[in-house]
Amino acid sequence: MDVTVPILILAIPLFMFIFLGLLGMKMTHKLAGTLGTLGMGTVLVLSYYTAFNYFFSGAPEFVNAAGDRLQFLVFDQTWLQFTESLVIKLGFLLDPISAMMLVVITTISFMVHLYSLGYMRDHHGVYEHGFQRFYAFLSLFSFSMLGLVVATNIFQMYIFWELVGASSYLLIGFYYTKPSAVSASKKAFIVTRFADLGFLIGILVLSYYTGTFNFTELTSIPVEGMAGVSQVNLDTAASIRSIFENSAAPTFMGASVLTWALVLIFMGGMGKSAMMPLHIWLPDAMEGPTPVSALIHAATMVVAGVYLVARLFPLYLMENSSMVIITVVGAITAFYAAVVACTQIDIKRVLAFSTISQIAFMMVSLGVARPEVHEGLGYMASMFHLFTHAMFKALLFLGAGALIHAIGSNDYTAMHGLRKHMPITHITFLIGCLAIAGIIPFSGFFSKDEILSACMGYDWVAYLWMSMVAGLTAFYMFRLYFLIFWWKEHKTPEGHHAPHDQPWTMSLPLIILAAISCVAGFIPFGKLVSWNGVPYDFMAHFNWGVAAVSLAVAIAGIALAWVMYKKENSLPEKFRNAMPSLWKWSFHRFYWDELYMFITHKIIFGIVCRSLAWFDRHIIDGTMDAFATVTNKTSNAIKTLQSGQIQMYVWWYLMGALALGVITIVCLL
Amino acid sequence: MEITAIYYLIPALIMFCCGVYGFITRKNMIAMLISLELMLNAVDVNFVVFNRFLFPGQMEGMFFTLFAIAIAAAETAIAIAIIINIFRAARNIDVRSLNEMKF
Amino acid sequence: MFSNILIYFVIIPLLMLAGVALSRNVRQIRAVAVVGSLALTVLSVVLLLDYIGLRKAGETAPMLFTDSWTWFAPLHINLAVGVDGISIAMLLLSSIILLTGSFASWKIDNPKAFFLWLILLSTGVFGFFISIDLFTMFMFYEVALIPMYLLIGVWGSGRKNYSAMKLTLMLMGGSAFLMLGLIGIYYHSAPEGAPLTWNIVEIANHNAIPHGWQTFLFPMTFVGFGVLGAMFPFHTWSPDGHASAPTAVSMLHAGVLMKLGGYGCFRVAIYLMPQAAQELSFIFLILTGISVVYGAFCACVKTDLKYINAYSSVSHCGLVLFAILMLNTTAMTGAIMQMLSHGLMTALFFALIGMIYGRTHTREITQMGGMMQIMPYLSVCYVIAGMASLGLPGLSGFVAEMTIFVGSFQAGMADYLGGEGSLRLVFTIVACTSIVITAVYILRVVGKLLLGPVYDEHHRTLTDATWWERVSTATLIICVAAIGCFPNFFEGLIQTTFSPEIFAVLGK
Repeated sequence: MDVTVPILILAIPLFMFIFLGLLGMKMTHKLAGTLGTLGMGTVLVLSYYTAFNYFFSGAPEFVNAAGDRLQFLVFDQTWLQFTESLVIKLGFLLDPISAMMLVVITTISFMVHLYSLGYMRDHHGVYEHGFQRFYAFLSLFSFSMLGLVVATNIFQMYIFWELVGASSYLLIGFYYTKPSAVSASKKAFIVTRFADLGFLIGILVLSYYTGTFNFTELTSIPVEGMAGVSQVNLDTAASIRSIFENSAAPTFMGASVLTWALVLIFMGGMGKSAMMPLHIWLPDAMEGPTPVSALIHAATMVVAGVYLVARLFPLYLMENSSMVIITVVGAITAFYAAVVACTQIDIKRVLAFSTISQIAFMMVSLGVARPEVHEGLGYMASMFHLFTHAMFKALLFLGAGALIHAIGSNDYTAMHGLRKHMPITHITFLIGCLAIAGIIPFSGFFSKDEILSACMGYDWVAYLWMSMVAGLTAFYMFRLYFLIFWWKEHKTPEGHHAPHDQPWTMSLPLIILAAISCVAGFIPFGKLVSWNGVPYDFMAHFNWGVAAVSLAVAIAGIALAWVMYKKENSLPEKFRNAMPSLWKWSFHRFYWDELYMFITHKIIFGIVCRSLAWFDRHIIDGTMDAFATVTNKTSNAIKTLQSGQIQMYVWWYLMGALALGVITIVCLL
Repeated sequence: MEITAIYYLIPALIMFCCGVYGFITRKNMIAMLISLELMLNAVDVNFVVFNRFLFPGQMEGMFFTLFAIAIAAAETAIAIAIIINIFRAARNIDVRSLNEMKF
Repeated sequence: MFSNILIYFVIIPLLMLAGVALSRNVRQIRAVAVVGSLALTVLSVVLLLDYIGLRKAGETAPMLFTDSWTWFAPLHINLAVGVDGISIAMLLLSSIILLTGSFASWKIDNPKAFFLWLILLSTGVFGFFISIDLFTMFMFYEVALIPMYLLIGVWGSGRKNYSAMKLTLMLMGGSAFLMLGLIGIYYHSAPEGAPLTWNIVEIANHNAIPHGWQTFLFPMTFVGFGVLGAMFPFHTWSPDGHASAPTAVSMLHAGVLMKLGGYGCFRVAIYLMPQAAQELSFIFLILTGISVVYGAFCACVKTDLKYINAYSSVSHCGLVLFAILMLNTTAMTGAIMQMLSHGLMTALFFALIGMIYGRTHTREITQMGGMMQIMPYLSVCYVIAGMASLGLPGLSGFVAEMTIFVGSFQAGMADYLGGEGSLRLVFTIVACTSIVITAVYILRVVGKLLLGPVYDEHHRTLTDATWWERVSTATLIICVAAIGCFPNFFEGLIQTTFSPEIFAVLGK
């Protein structure tokens, strides 16, 4: 395969970042925005071309004779060499999940570029301050995210992992004059940095034992006769496991070193994907412009953790305990986020918690995936949900952006009854809600149903738990929907225009994404993506019972929301009063932020840092100053000998000479 | 009675001790200068005496003494000049009050 | 004598000194400083290319371009010069920082005297890096330290007398240890019967220092150089000294002088006394490991920009010494990378702080805010410097830190599995946590100083960077990005120099 296209996919966004970053201020807003969008459009075309080529061209480096999908290293350039075998390379790995991610990222990114042309200006068409910078950062983010998904080795992934973190920091803090945005961006960076510490140590442990960073060596075996092509296989993972078992320190604190490495790497994923207890940054990250939330904090960057686990899936399969940890963390997070989402009043926060919950679904799905259960359905389901979720959650966020743009507030108590004023937004938002709730035939139904099937195959407790969360999902999404578009008639405040639909640059992405959400469920995903590249027909594993139950649960959730929120009534008030403490805890997100505030501000800053600084000033510096003081004191004490009285000096001299003389004589005698 | 070196050395010693005593106790700088001259001369006498009694064939001690006298004269001249200048500046040549050069 | 390229690293600064002394006005002084440091930069690039050419041609000697001129024969003191990849990297760093430092002190008071001392200081620095004779090395080391006293005492700010005195005295104290160590090395430099020597290469070849003496001399030299490398608990000169120093001096000091410490520890302490290094490294590992985390934590609560940066230097330079003590090729490569990287980015930091201070007349982050709206260029540079410092890929900090962590982890695991205790491993993980703490204090400063609303309305009238400030910062940023984007070139350069002999001695 020609390397030009893959290189261009990475180079164009990077070039756009540097170009717009350096020269953006010299251009008009419109030119910069158009250039950025055109650049992304080119990348979109190239990525579609690449993905299409990968999935459907049938070239021998992509598919073998049996129809199994292979991994293909398009290029792999040495970037930094630590030792003979530990080498960071920058390359481009094409396999089912990276090809799928190319499509997801470029689609959403392009939609967001287009959408922002309309969103990042006020009602009079005046562009926001820093519009060019916004496009430069979007390009940087796209570059980093694309680099992340095509990483050929775990260190390349870490590099781009950090870069997406930084671009997320820059974009959350886009409105940098707002203190809340500044602190949100800081929080996001530091929390994910903390998680990355785990990731880094995990990489170090894993690479020490295996002697490699390369994914192709960690999870797959090379295909004979074709350079750069390999096939995902459990055998490699098994050989890695035997390396660990035969090494001198197989266990540490009761768990095997491999488990530790995998769990630490998963910790990095927990940070980026906002799993409990590292989820606190994501709701705050909504301080960024809404298109950014759609791109980074809903569709692409936050699923990097899921992608990471999927990438190392054969390794995780080796250690059942790490899989159990992933499942449990995912299950708890999914439930927690869903409960919190039921009480939030900021629409972006509801969507943020719903994102956390949905990503947790993907994690659970990976955690319960086993080759022996429906041929690893959970893996495919997770990737499928990643795909569909990216589309409908971006849709919901962009819809929310349109609402915020029209109303000028995030708080939906200021919205209500907007369905007549903003029909396009209304319909597309409804499609998004139906998709996330899992109503047939929208895309979310299919992917969520497969996740539930996979849970069912693994353990019935997991199945029941996740079904309950699915019901909650339907409830809170429709609570949001009804409160925005129904509840009561909209009252426009004095002196304001009535809210209206947005310009075409904003509507078009909504319509396209809505269309995708309607039809994406019918993509035969199992034929394209599976954990080991062997295609299978997931309809063969389709469980009608599970489907019926999940549909029923979703409809029940919607119905409950309908009853409570369609028309203004006192039911929500009664609910709140019936369970005041639960409502309060949920509304305050179970006080996680306060807990973290306490730990960081009171303990780390207040106790550790301050006492260390005190120690430095008073003990260490004090010791050094004490040397000086002692010297000073001593010289003060003896300086009176230097009295300026010449005759005293002579006297001392004489006495000294005499004393020396006496001593000499005594010694001689 | 033969005159031996000791007859010269004891007066020289007394002279030297007087010089030391005077130098330490007198507060007037001129007096101190005189005491200094006393010490110098005592040493000169010793030089001559040792030369005469220990190495009668040589003249180094004599020359050295002449040399020392010349230098002492120069030194006295400089010292007097300094003292005069001090007197001009401080209206005083009491050594106890001239303790600017301390610590 | 003049056929050797290295000697020009001393001759050009001396010519610059003469040029500055003869200059009539400030324009001439600036011209001399800029032209001279440009010449030095070009010279180091030429040297670099020559060096690579020679290595490609299969030259395997540990030092190239060696030459030796007798200075004082009875004590075997020579002016011996020679370089390897590490020295060349340091020479390049020094000349770039001298160049940017000259731009950064464009408007200094009393420029003639200032530049005279500054150039004298850099003469010492260049001389130090080209010397392979312990005595001349030490001499140049002192030449580099003394002008610091005057530069801080005269052109400094704040408690400048205290800081200048403290800095000079503490570094002189270190020099005393060092002097002892070097003389001790000299008297054991050759086996019985052979003439004694100060030459590093010869001493390493003889490898004749008795084991008992090594255990005495190693701590002496390590502490001696470690004081300059801001090793805990001898780091307290650094915050006060940097806080009071004028911009260019802070840049040179943090950027280059502190590297003298790391370089010396590597070149003298570890290279000449490998057995003692092996046995005693644990003491210093603990100290430097503490430096890394301790400096970072202290930086979290300081409110003076220069203090924050000085503590961050303690943390980063601690990482240099920490990695050197791992006695592992990868970690040592990382240490040298970290020296380069820290030198460039901390110079950038101090340059920017100086520029901001020159406008606002305060360095308290509580007294400033929203600089991004007022001086966007400087603020963006500050963010870039911060990102380099917290290890963003694509900038130099990431490369250096990752190399150190990978190398240290290898060494730590090898120790742990070999049953030699888990000290290295534990401290590697402790050092890794610094990436989080660094992020905390960098983002804290960025958030308070640059972002958010404007704190003081009077600041709105301030201007953005002038052209010379732009030249200075842009040069440094380009260098930082160059290392960050093409690390393999620099790593290769450094790794060609880890002569197998050391590791034969180390047994690793």
